[in-house]
Amino acid sequence: MEFLELLINALIAGILLGGFFAALSIGLSICFGLLDAVNIAHPTLIVGAAFCTFLLNDLLGIDPIVAGLILTPVFFLLGMGIYSLYYQFFERQSAEALRGLAFFFGLLFIAEVVMIMIFGVDHRLVNAPYIGESFTAIVTGMTFSIPYRLLAAFVIAGLMTLGISYYLNSSYFGRATSAVHQDMMALSLMGADPVMIKRIAFALGLATCGLAGALMIIVIPIEPAVGRFFIGNVFAIVVLGGLGSIPGTLVGALILGIAESLVSTFFGPSWAPAVSFGILLGVLAFKPTGLFGTGDTR
Amino acid sequence: MLMRYRFEIGCVVALLACFLITQVELNRFYYFAGFAILQYVLISTAWNILGGYGGYINFGTAGFLGLGTYVAIAMIQFYGAGIIEQIIVAGALAGLLGLGIGYITLRLKGVYFAIATLAIAIVLETFVNNWDYVGGAAGVSILPPRTPELLGITIVDRKGGGIFYNNKEFLFFLMGALAIMSVWIARTVEFGKLGRGLNAIKDNEEAAECMGVPTLKLKLIATVISGSLMGVAGAVFPSYLTFVDPPTAFNLEFAVNSLAMPMIGGTFTWIGPVVGSILLGTVQQVAIVTISSEINLLIIGLLLVIFVTIAPHGIVGWFMKKNK
Repeated sequence: MEFLELLINALIAGILLGGFFAALSIGLSICFGLLDAVNIAHPTLIVGAAFCTFLLNDLLGIDPIVAGLILTPVFFLLGMGIYSLYYQFFERQSAEALRGLAFFFGLLFIAEVVMIMIFGVDHRLVNAPYIGESFTAIVTGMTFSIPYRLLAAFVIAGLMTLGISYYLNSSYFGRATSAVHQDMMALSLMGADPVMIKRIAFALGLATCGLAGALMIIVIPIEPAVGRFFIGNVFAIVVLGGLGSIPGTLVGALILGIAESLVSTFFGPSWAPAVSFGILLGVLAFKPTGLFGTGDTR
Repeated sequence: MLMRYRFEIGCVVALLACFLITQVELNRFYYFAGFAILQYVLISTAWNILGGYGGYINFGTAGFLGLGTYVAIAMIQFYGAGIIEQIIVAGALAGLLGLGIGYITLRLKGVYFAIATLAIAIVLETFVNNWDYVGGAAGVSILPPRTPELLGITIVDRKGGGIFYNNKEFLFFLMGALAIMSVWIARTVEFGKLGRGLNAIKDNEEAAECMGVPTLKLKLIATVISGSLMGVAGAVFPSYLTFVDPPTAFNLEFAVNSLAMPMIGGTFTWIGPVVGSILLGTVQQVAIVTISSEINLLIIGLLLVIFVTIAPHGIVGWFMKKNK
């Protein structure tokens, strides 16, 4: 009975965590999966957004979720800027793809050091009415509890990721993005400007950092280096779901969330970081295209 | 005749120079800074064998290094192993790690290898955090033997009976010897069949495969050599620091430096990482003392981005262009 109670609680927490993971990785899924821009700085930029949320909440008393919405357009513009640089120096010269990786790695490092210089290495938190309380239900003698902070993150993340996948599936722009992914040359022959589409799509991917950052600081206390610990998670999710598939990313996020929650419950939370890496290596070894991926991996 | 062997002669001269430096009693700080710079010569040369010649980026330097460090610690804890045994076993295991990760990810696009290596430092750190035998998350203190011996010769003896006066000087010399060895290996690889094959892979992997280059095999060999040299660099760490905890052993700084130094020096030839690491290593040692370690890290990050975007062939490439 006790085992069942633990198991069900772990599953509930895992599903909620999966929603949060989906918010973290959907932007990367767009940049890496659809645009081939391997933005390893993505989790660190999310931490940057989390610190901005902290400032807005701490200085102006703005609710973190509202702060996340305010940050979204800011990160959209930042994404336009970063992509312009990336295009100018790497894509246009058709440089080795791996040099672009080194560029994003440098960006990750610079962002992290700047955050350490401004905020130090202390853990930061935000205040909101839904943080710290839990919804508790007792069913047939078993106690189930759902922390409101995870629930809030799950709901917002769900709205955001479902909205983006609907938009990419049904709008003109979304279809154009898929077209860029499939055949850039053909798209430019149709009279569309592939660079413009890629720039906007990349910026959309980065815009998700704004809200994801707000969710991150709602879910966990943050410090500048915390982004590193999510690199394994977000890449495991995107690769597990399959490159280029947004619904795949959502499924991948749920699977990883549940897996991490189960491992944390039954083996201890200090083992959780190994889960994502195990999944990543497993997928690369046995099914590199992921669950719903179509692209080639060589 | 002399010209033909000038590289070998240069190696011997450099080794003698390292030895002579240990014999003049300098301020302790110079040995400390020199050790760090020589360690970076070793690490960035190791990184460049796969990253520079083959074009496969390894973000996991800290993982390989930390593995070497903790293998050495485990061996000391287990039976008080000597430094040479630590180096050999750490190198072998780090090479095996490279083989394992490479075997899974090197058949795929280069980004997959990069991503897998990115996560490896975090995972190894997780394991060490949970492994109390080597100190766990709290770290561990290592007491180096007072009068270490090697093949029956006393190396260090404060009373003056050994070759070196104290342990730090011996480790400085050892690191110098390892760094020179790694440069020699890198140069041998570069001018051999392996280096030419890796270059072909870097330029166009498909074409190389069609010409009969055994791409997977060459990439795996390069990963193993590169990884085990990083493990070797890590193995000397516990004896040198005498206190190690996971955040020190798996520091992201190693990953950034091992990438930035060859990129800044020039990745296409063995001298690039040497130039990059001596130059950047010296700047770092000065910056840490005179400014602050955060600004120092910021400088590396900015230099990396600037060189990657504007001068992809590094300092050496810049000079070679001028000579043409």
